[in-house]
Amino acid sequence: MIVAEKKPIEEIIAQVKDFKKILIAGCNECVTVCEAGGKKEVGILASALRMYFLNEGKKVEIDEVTLERQCDHEYLEEIRDRIDKYDAVISLACGVGVQFMAEKYFSTPLLPGVNTCFMGVAEERGVWSERCQACGQCVLGETAGICPISRCAKRLLNGPCGGSTKGKCEINKDLDCAWQLIIDRLKELGRLDDYEKIMPIKDWSTERAGGPRKVVREDVRL
Amino acid sequence: MKTKTPSKLEKMLASGHMAVTSECGPPRGSDPEGITKKAEMIRNHVDAINITDNQTSVTRLCSLASCIHLKMMGIEATLQMVTRDRNRIALQSDILGAASFDIYNILCLSGDHQNFGDCPQGQNVFDIDSIQLIQTVRLMRDEGKFLGGDDIKRPPQMFVGAAANPFADPFEIRVPRLAKKIAAGVEFIQTQCIYNLDKFELWMKQARDRGLHEKVYILAGVTPFKSAGMAKYMKNRVPGMDVPDDVVKRMSGVSKEKQAEEGINICVESIQRLKEVEGVRGFHIMAIEWEDKVPEIVERSGLYPRPDIS
Repeated sequence: MIVAEKKPIEEIIAQVKDFKKILIAGCNECVTVCEAGGKKEVGILASALRMYFLNEGKKVEIDEVTLERQCDHEYLEEIRDRIDKYDAVISLACGVGVQFMAEKYFSTPLLPGVNTCFMGVAEERGVWSERCQACGQCVLGETAGICPISRCAKRLLNGPCGGSTKGKCEINKDLDCAWQLIIDRLKELGRLDDYEKIMPIKDWSTERAGGPRKVVREDVRL
Repeated sequence: MKTKTPSKLEKMLASGHMAVTSECGPPRGSDPEGITKKAEMIRNHVDAINITDNQTSVTRLCSLASCIHLKMMGIEATLQMVTRDRNRIALQSDILGAASFDIYNILCLSGDHQNFGDCPQGQNVFDIDSIQLIQTVRLMRDEGKFLGGDDIKRPPQMFVGAAANPFADPFEIRVPRLAKKIAAGVEFIQTQCIYNLDKFELWMKQARDRGLHEKVYILAGVTPFKSAGMAKYMKNRVPGMDVPDDVVKRMSGVSKEKQAEEGINICVESIQRLKEVEGVRGFHIMAIEWEDKVPEIVERSGLYPRPDIS
């Protein structure tokens, strides 16, 4: 999933303090699962803002909505009939959803309510960690199912570096060394000999480096 | 004696002499004396001087310019190059720049993470890694080709080195990792500072068991402790460093005024023991901001005078 974190309330207030009618729009997908921008968080933010405006003696109307997804036309269309009533929308979707809403409702001020962090997993309740950077050319088959691009601080394709200590990364003792994990799993799979295969220089053109990316599937287009 | 480059270091190793290298960190400013003074102190006691490339990710005068200063002094330089800060265009470009000044040695490294330095908020590049940089230099030198496939006019002539850390984890892949660097085309290795000699000897034995000591020149890395505090710091704070308790104890066991001398003693004793290890072909003496002690270490280790091989 795409993992996000709630923005500090002060940052949100600074951006919306002069508006009179605000819609807070949550998303029912990833940000709901990582508890940053689902229906529950929409409610919490709405209450916090109402309290702030009440204390300030300002009369501000705050409405709440949570869409099934903010990265699909059909769900974003659900608010078309009322979007013009608002001075601004705070979207609690990831950066993808915020942008898609901005594209669709061109003249409505739109503010992000979360910081989009990474693509990752829920390791345990309240702990999420990164697993993929969408490089566009998956190497997991060569690296025993553990991604050195997203999980090694130096994205070394031929690691580990000399800073790997007791299974941990040189930059943070709480961070697993990705190459230690790769080696452990290669061993488990009886493939430790594969460690000595040199991973070739990577073609990064399918990653961010190649410019904004697009997938076009003729077979599924209408 | 067969050499592939005009490197004096390569020639020294190929002729069977124990090589001695050292390194200097460039200054945090533009005064070339920050490098030339250090180099002057050690030039007669070493075969080549490494210039570090923004070590520990702290911004400094660049390695390439420093190497040129050494070259102008008639000193053989080893250009350290990390893949942290430059993409493949810049790396190849700097290799050609160094080659245009006839810098004949290069040490291919990935580099410390920027988190350790003065720009922790900066981007890192890591377009390629250290093993791929070894391949890149060999391609440029041996095939006369750029990574993009085009021909290079007057290819670089560089003796290609890399680092090896026998003490990082996991230990079981430390020799396979050396083998991987050799397969990539590395010709000499400078190791991480050795304090745990038993572990180093085990690593060397495993390397010999695979015949790797005959495929690459291994220079054993040593760093003298200036104080017991430094020994403790290296033990506890520097990733991938293995300082046994008895070494720390030995440093702490002498009075403060005598600790520097004790540090030099340990260093010299280490070199003497390591000289006997089959496959050790020389020493890389990293006297961090203590370059003036390098001559004493080299002399007391019986590595002086340096053979004249020109």
